[in-house]
Amino acid sequence: MSLTALQPDRKATVPGAALALRGLKKAFGDVQAVDGVDLEVQSGECFGLLGPNGAGKTTTIEICEGLTELDEGEVKLLGLDWKRNANELRQRIGIQLQETQFPDKLTVEETLRLFRSFFKRGISADEAIRTAQLEEKRKARVGTLSGGQKQRLAMATALVGDPELLFLDEPTTGLDPQARRHLWDLVDELKHAGRTIILTTHYMDEAERLCDRVAIMDQGKIIALGTVRELIASVGGEHIVEFAVKSSTDINTADLATQLKAIEGVHSHRIDAGLHQLSVTSLHTTVPRVFEEMEARGLTLTEFRTHSATLEDVFVALTGRNLRDE
Amino acid sequence: MSKLQDSSLFQLTAARFRLFLREPEAVFWIFIFPILLAFGLGIAFRNRPADVLPVAATTLQLTQSLAADKGLTAKTLDETEGMRELTIGAIQLLAIQTPQGVTYQYDDTNPDARISRMLADRAIQAAAGRKDPVSAQNSLVHEAGSRYIDFVVPGLLGMNLMGSAIWGLGFSIVEARQKKLLKRMVASPMPRWQYLMAFLLSRLIMLVIEVIAFLGFARLVFGVPFHGSLWELALLCILTSLAFSSLGLLIASRARTMEAASGLMNLAMLPMWILSGVFFSASRFPAVIQPFVHALPLTAAIDALRGNMLQGMHLNQLIMPTAILLAWMVIPFAVALKIFRWR
Repeated sequence: MSLTALQPDRKATVPGAALALRGLKKAFGDVQAVDGVDLEVQSGECFGLLGPNGAGKTTTIEICEGLTELDEGEVKLLGLDWKRNANELRQRIGIQLQETQFPDKLTVEETLRLFRSFFKRGISADEAIRTAQLEEKRKARVGTLSGGQKQRLAMATALVGDPELLFLDEPTTGLDPQARRHLWDLVDELKHAGRTIILTTHYMDEAERLCDRVAIMDQGKIIALGTVRELIASVGGEHIVEFAVKSSTDINTADLATQLKAIEGVHSHRIDAGLHQLSVTSLHTTVPRVFEEMEARGLTLTEFRTHSATLEDVFVALTGRNLRDE
Repeated sequence: MSKLQDSSLFQLTAARFRLFLREPEAVFWIFIFPILLAFGLGIAFRNRPADVLPVAATTLQLTQSLAADKGLTAKTLDETEGMRELTIGAIQLLAIQTPQGVTYQYDDTNPDARISRMLADRAIQAAAGRKDPVSAQNSLVHEAGSRYIDFVVPGLLGMNLMGSAIWGLGFSIVEARQKKLLKRMVASPMPRWQYLMAFLLSRLIMLVIEVIAFLGFARLVFGVPFHGSLWELALLCILTSLAFSSLGLLIASRARTMEAASGLMNLAMLPMWILSGVFFSASRFPAVIQPFVHALPLTAAIDALRGNMLQGMHLNQLIMPTAILLAWMVIPFAVALKIFRWR
């Protein structure tokens, strides 16, 4: 399996890109939070920055938002940079940060009017309320809103300036499944309206659902970049077979692994806590061969399931770790 | 919507004002508490008419002599009964007729009893025909302006201006920082100076309500005088409030948590509560620490307020405290702007 195809390309930045990062580095004390990130996002794209907690996603996005100084590298947004065009950039981008708590005792409408007043042009507070579907909560104080409603309010404050480029940092973290789907619908709408959106998430399903392209970050570096389909294909198999066998002392695990990998259509094999994982191209030809192998060795299957490969599996294949372990 | 309402400075100031009014505790501490305190102190230290002291004598003639003094009420008791009433404190003194003259029975460790002794002796000697060699006139002082309540009202005003400015600014800013709201604000195109300016503007609006309510109360209920110019008094209140706002801003400029901010605020205010002469004159402290005491902004504020209200002094007579307040306004503000943590 070759990863070279996934490495971010290092060709010169295109001036028309909505976002262009080159050789971005940032350290906090001894910790190298961002370690040489190159990235380009085209306008109109919905781009996802994925990775476990602590991968450097938030630091990267906050450097893009002009909130964190970089140590090394170059950042261009909409062809502008923070050193010379900070005021113009602030007017043209929309930002939703992780864990902002708006004042509990202001109403939804008051909060949005306040944020709208900072922008020279933009949509009205009423329109932002409609877009975020908070009409019923217009006069409600922020303190009485649910988690999902608060997050939609945060989104609305990012939208009042009618931004060309929208940054969403972990927009659904901590929300219940229904509130997450509600927020996804909102992002979908914004996408279809043609805005460039850059979001970070540690939920792979969120990235699969929303993003045109994703970059997977780990330990301050981008380890894979492409469309969701490309990344999944890069793992080698589109399907994942997982099974466990009844434990007995005479299993030669190494030999079993070699045998399994020899089966046609099997791209990789790994064992995680007694669970065998195979990535395979096609289930209908490979699975019978797996059963035959078990039969021949007299092993009893205790668990068996298959699923289509996801970004989660891509991350596992690239790092050998599960996302959730972090 | 009008142009004014669209401006970010208006929106920021309005938000500050709304947040304050929707916090019932803050409204209590800033508007109601100082009035209650002034009321309580006014009652406790009110000027009572001089007490009339109860005494007794063993003969009717002595009793009449004693009763002639307006400071005494007298009755006739026999010696046994008189001694009994003396021990239970029903009378302060018993005058006993003896063949040689009069014996006074009283407790000389009790100030009221000592006063009774002086009044009783004066009354009895006068009744017996004593003439005073020097003629003396009494002129009583109960004028507004020299009572304790008059002294304490400018002190409470200064203390309240300090508390509302430091707490109002300090807590709001640190809370916004702790809740990551400050970071969210600077991520928007909001001009940063407007964020701080909104605090000062909303403070000035509240100042009007706060000062008028408190001084109006002191005037109506206790008749506290305003000898100085009201315009200059207003100017002094604004200057005081801005100086403490500036100090509050400095205290809040780095703190990340409410606990840290709260500690710093108490650290800054405690010496002033004690030393700055809110409840008694700051000149009672030893001479060595006087320069320090006078450099404190609350001392300067209270000196200036008392000078204006009680002595009718003009600003040109209050140059020293005014200059100290100006310094406290400018220096902490400049430092705070330099070191302010926006995220």
